[in-house]
Amino acid sequence: MSSTFLGMPGDFPKNAEKAVQNSQLRYNLRKATHTIRGKRASVVGELPDWQELRAAGKAIKDHTLRNLDRYLVQLEESVTRAGGTVHWARDAAEANRIVAGLVKATGETEVVKVKSMATQEIELNQALAAEGITAYETDLAELIVQLGDDFPSHILVPAIHRNRSEIREIFLDKMPKVPDNLTDDPPALAEAARLHLRERFLKSKVAISGANFMVAETGTLVVLESEGNGRMCLTLPRTLISVVGIEKLLPTWRDLEVFLQLLPRSSTGERMNPYTSMWTGAVEGQEFHLVLLDNGRTDVLADEVGRQALRCIRCSACLNVCPVYERAGGHAYGSVYPGPIGAILTPQLRGMGSELDASLPYASSLCGACYEACPVAIDIPEVLVDLRAKAPHSAAERAGMKVAGWILNDHERLARAQRAATKLRKLVPKRLPGPLSAWTDTRDVPEIPEESFRDWWERNERA
Amino acid sequence: MRVALFITCVNDTLFPGTGKAVVSLLRRLGCEVDFPAAQTCCGQMHVNTGYRAEGVRLARHFTEVFAGYEAVVAPSGSCAAMVREQYPKLAKPGSKGAAAIAEVVPRVYELSEFLIDVLKVEDVGAYFPHRVTYHPTCHSLRGLHLGDRPTRLLQHVRGLELVPLPGAEECCGFGGTFAVKNPAVSAAMGADKTRNILDTGAEVLCAADNSCLMHIGGTLSRQKTGVRTMHLAEILASTEEAQ
Amino acid sequence: MSARDEILARIGKAVAGAEDVEIPRHYRTTQQADDLVGLFAERVDDYRAIVHVLPAAEVPAKIDELVAGRRMIRPDGDGWDDLNTADGVVTTCAVAIAETGTIVLDHGPGQGTRAQTLVPDYHVCVVRADQIVSCVPEAVARLAPARPLTWISGPSATSDIELNRVEGVHGPRTLEVIIST
Repeated sequence: MSSTFLGMPGDFPKNAEKAVQNSQLRYNLRKATHTIRGKRASVVGELPDWQELRAAGKAIKDHTLRNLDRYLVQLEESVTRAGGTVHWARDAAEANRIVAGLVKATGETEVVKVKSMATQEIELNQALAAEGITAYETDLAELIVQLGDDFPSHILVPAIHRNRSEIREIFLDKMPKVPDNLTDDPPALAEAARLHLRERFLKSKVAISGANFMVAETGTLVVLESEGNGRMCLTLPRTLISVVGIEKLLPTWRDLEVFLQLLPRSSTGERMNPYTSMWTGAVEGQEFHLVLLDNGRTDVLADEVGRQALRCIRCSACLNVCPVYERAGGHAYGSVYPGPIGAILTPQLRGMGSELDASLPYASSLCGACYEACPVAIDIPEVLVDLRAKAPHSAAERAGMKVAGWILNDHERLARAQRAATKLRKLVPKRLPGPLSAWTDTRDVPEIPEESFRDWWERNERA
Repeated sequence: MRVALFITCVNDTLFPGTGKAVVSLLRRLGCEVDFPAAQTCCGQMHVNTGYRAEGVRLARHFTEVFAGYEAVVAPSGSCAAMVREQYPKLAKPGSKGAAAIAEVVPRVYELSEFLIDVLKVEDVGAYFPHRVTYHPTCHSLRGLHLGDRPTRLLQHVRGLELVPLPGAEECCGFGGTFAVKNPAVSAAMGADKTRNILDTGAEVLCAADNSCLMHIGGTLSRQKTGVRTMHLAEILASTEEAQ
Repeated sequence: MSARDEILARIGKAVAGAEDVEIPRHYRTTQQADDLVGLFAERVDDYRAIVHVLPAAEVPAKIDELVAGRRMIRPDGDGWDDLNTADGVVTTCAVAIAETGTIVLDHGPGQGTRAQTLVPDYHVCVVRADQIVSCVPEAVARLAPARPLTWISGPSATSDIELNRVEGVHGPRTLEVIIST
């Protein structure tokens, strides 16, 4: 996974500190995440068998991952049999090379795109631009981000950090034909996007998509969407190129019955998203290419605890319920995968070599809301804690933790430390020095009691 | 019934009043309370900050200290969740450590679980004539799945007016070392939690975890709100005679 | 080594020794509903699509009424045939799902091509009562994977502005469903 995504350059705490101070951003995120939380809770609550679906979803994904090599070969056979061509890419550079080559072979220099996390992850648009090919994003939120020369901040709604009036400003500034009297009424903004993209859909010869699911048994690809831009891209162009992570696989057609219930209710909080397209190989005279992407996924698969992150179906329910995401926003994570899932996926895909990536496993209070909301039961706190054990630690912290561990490992040492603290209780300042000032910047310290519980017990109870 | 009190290192050092309240409450309900003096810390801070080796040593120490007790009661949802949820993941399957953990884990209870599930009491005979709101804390709510046990206990306290806390299920922003590693987000979460608490008009904020209360209470105190924090045990231990 | 072989080898190495997993399927594969037509109609209506429930004999007249004065594509009969200037399209469907208010087109007879139900701004879809199943698993079982499938739940919409649903982006902005009983 590329590390050139520069939402912000610092580590997570520094990025988050800036975001927290942006009251407009705080307001936008709070409003959006609280809206979607309510919707999700209501449609999930409607299904009496949600936990059973969740258990099935988790098991189907685990079974697929355990047999991923076998199912990928089966998928390749099914897609090829149905007239499609399958390509394999070890990393981002190889995937970008394959896609650029396929586009060039058509003689076209413009492509339309359906929102796809995989192509964002490999920074396909930039790679195509370097080859003289212009990629046009067609999803409304992606369009807002692309026109605003901005970075995505959410998996499902990349422009979640923008409110309606900011979107209006971007449209007025960047859409050539938009009327000056455009209002910030959401239907008016949607209409502007419709008009802006209409002609491009009708004349584009090549489209690039990702996929939510691929079915090994049948070779079927599945894309869930809302606006119809997906259908436009998947249907109208002569050539369709889909770039899909190898973990997006499901073994059987029947497995869709689980995921078509889990995904829409978890992501947009609807009983079903407006449009789902399914196609098998080359359809209605189209040319179809499937690029299967590894790009670090097999490394994640090798980690016994971390591999559960590959169950992710990119619904973003974990972002929407996360109190840290709600305050820090997506850019602070410095990755196309923000929020709780990003905090476990990015360090696994990119490693923890940079200050930012090493800080991501700590971007959580371990409150567990993400795990509870996850439709495939990824135990995100468990993976975070596991990654923290592998993350680099500063020498000062290591020393402090060692001393604390030494004191706590023996009750007599602990009692002596408590008595020492008790003697100094009157001397504790209102503002603590060093790293502990982070505590006293906004909170008072509790008063140290006259004696510890164990000393009280010893004095009164140990008869 | 003979009960071992696992006080937890935070309560032992900073909140001895909570420990005394648990002792008096459990005795009032007919339990014999023992305090195994060799106990120290469950190891949560080390494990959750990425210091697994130190955490494993503390977990081993815990299982040795509390082996053989009929029931181990902790006045902390977070520490009880550490033992119950995280200990089993710390030892290699099939190892001696795993066996020791499997032996002790089923007998470790958070206080409200012990009262309701083991002692089968909801009315503990407490009296506390104040307006109280309850913050369920993440590890009690989503780790131990305590559900409404703590509020059922509070509802039976005479004189107590329990007011619901808006956004109760949201994390307060403590998160152990998260509070100092990500101070800006932690403080922002704390500020929102505080605002919700003030909106209830409660005099007292109650929770089953002093670590969360230390963070929220520190914020309430810095803002000079006048709202007090009290551990669940302290309210349940209050009686008319003691008032 | 080819990329294919290398990826497959890496996977083999990564999962070596890992245990396989049984898939528990204890979720509902059908749903008891006394009134599938009523539930379907209610759920389609929730998406702000327009719903008519009519005896089969009255359906042709209703279609005539709806399409009067519009350039409509009629995949089965004489209709407007230029995609870009058509006002709308009239189709049947393959399956409909009551619980989610979804219609599924497999683009067989009467259902047009994928483009024909996408480019025009107005879509009238006729659903026979016997095509309505209770829930998603029943629909998946009825559909043929080899066909291109389009699942439609209400008119085109977006949640991209402040996470609130707004109808009408690129697909048909008006969806009218006639349930033929």
